[in-house]
Amino acid sequence: MSSSRLVCLFHMAEITSLREAVAGLVRDGDVVAMEGFTHLIPFAAGHEVIRQGRNNLTLVRMTPDVIYDQLIGAGCAKQLIFSWGGNPGVGSLHRLRDAVEHDWPLPLEIQEHGHGDLSNAYVAGASRLPFAVLRAYVGSDLPKHNDKIRFIECPFTGEKLAAVPAIRPDVSIIHAQKADRKGNVLLWGILGVQKEAVLAAKRAIVTVEEIVDDLKAWPNACILPSWTISAVCCVPGGAFPSYAHGYYERDNRFYQAWDGIARDREIFQSWIKTHILATSNFAEFRRVHGESLAQAKQ
Amino acid sequence: MTATEYTTNEIMTIAAARLLKNGAVCFVGIGLPSTAANLARLTHAPDIVLIYESGPIGAKPVVLPLSIGDGNLAETADTVVSTPEIFRYWLQGGRVDVGFLGAAQVDRFANINTTVIGDYAKPSTRLPGAGGAPEIANCAGEVVLVLKQSARAFVKKLDFVTSVGHLDGGDARARLRLPGKGPVAVVTDLCLMEPDPVTKELMVTQLHPGIAREQVSKATEWEIRFAPELKETAAPTSLELETLRDLERRTKLAHGNLTAG
Repeated sequence: MSSSRLVCLFHMAEITSLREAVAGLVRDGDVVAMEGFTHLIPFAAGHEVIRQGRNNLTLVRMTPDVIYDQLIGAGCAKQLIFSWGGNPGVGSLHRLRDAVEHDWPLPLEIQEHGHGDLSNAYVAGASRLPFAVLRAYVGSDLPKHNDKIRFIECPFTGEKLAAVPAIRPDVSIIHAQKADRKGNVLLWGILGVQKEAVLAAKRAIVTVEEIVDDLKAWPNACILPSWTISAVCCVPGGAFPSYAHGYYERDNRFYQAWDGIARDREIFQSWIKTHILATSNFAEFRRVHGESLAQAKQ
Repeated sequence: MTATEYTTNEIMTIAAARLLKNGAVCFVGIGLPSTAANLARLTHAPDIVLIYESGPIGAKPVVLPLSIGDGNLAETADTVVSTPEIFRYWLQGGRVDVGFLGAAQVDRFANINTTVIGDYAKPSTRLPGAGGAPEIANCAGEVVLVLKQSARAFVKKLDFVTSVGHLDGGDARARLRLPGKGPVAVVTDLCLMEPDPVTKELMVTQLHPGIAREQVSKATEWEIRFAPELKETAAPTSLELETLRDLERRTKLAHGNLTAG
């Protein structure tokens, strides 16, 4: 093995802007996983993907909530791989439903799983195994509509077990609390499948609340070493309207307001245009969102 | 002391809470199940262990979570693990006594639909989907369902079986070697149903105070059976009702009037 290959293997994350990270690492037609289990949802990155007009994406996410409703309604997706699609505490995802029920703005192929299944599929991806195995789906209709859920026989006991293919995203995107100047990332609180999503992916983007000199992490903390990540971008507030444990709380009013925005195609399109396409980054989005709120109060 | 003024939603939550034994390890779905499980924790079951699929184990939320991964669940938990770990070690590992779930539709054998109403490819209503329910319905020691009763929810035939109850009844679960016992109770705003010990068909065993059999029959699409010794649900005690109302009041204040779960 040549020394240059060694250098290439030990590739540190580049600390860069979110615009550059998405431009360089997310391509049309990619399999993209944006994870964050109601906590640390990478909204800023989702917006940037919409802003840069990515399309034909296969979107993977256990809980495609408001972030994927935005991407689907904006026409970025051709397929959705998921296990629960709703607006938590509020109701339906109207853009997801419109795509599934009426092919608007584009037909959306769905591949549907359960949480245990999909989280195991990420573990298999991170482990570079071809599939995940679990005790599930006997008697359920899900395997009838998803040919990626199959059954195998345990070679030792003969028990019938479910098998699902590993998830290997072209790019995974997560939001975390902190990175250090080398690009090592620290996250805590509800961790969901973020670590597995990053380790399963070919490329990974992490947005963080802040970049610090020293992570001051405790042993066993959830750390993603710099060399498992392609790009680290400092985007304070980048999980808004979801929350970042230790930084800010979930903006429940946004989730509630989203119901009214997403219910109507024209209102949705105008929202996307004003808040995402006409803004140049997440800070500007936050400013425009604040102005919209103030205007609504008048 | 018992209370006389309460809503059908309140008696549903209270009747569901009573089913949870102190010390039980309970895998909690968001919405009504989470409300009932926390009410149990704040009344007769202080040592109940609440597990949420986002990762908290032993959560003791001060206010009801609005989403399955609220920060308050993590802050008050004994430990927080990753989502794959929750499903692999804790649920599939056989450490959950009770799965506490909601549903959009159930049938006479307590099978669950949370996926679609109508045809799968062209649904009339697209529901959120499975979440963790298929694995919980399989692996939890037993399952309790909580949902409001109507003929649209208690149907003859499910449009989609997302998670299994007793399949086509009898010893179906045992034949398929499913690890858990499956649904042991369905609590609604009108009554409590339990599966017949042999056929596993749901049977009304308890009517909530003031509810007539006809109301239950009308709100069930199949011909619902009633137990020969039909009991009446005990009216809420003042403690149960006050605790529930306090919890909901705190939650409303914290979440800015959103429906909490």
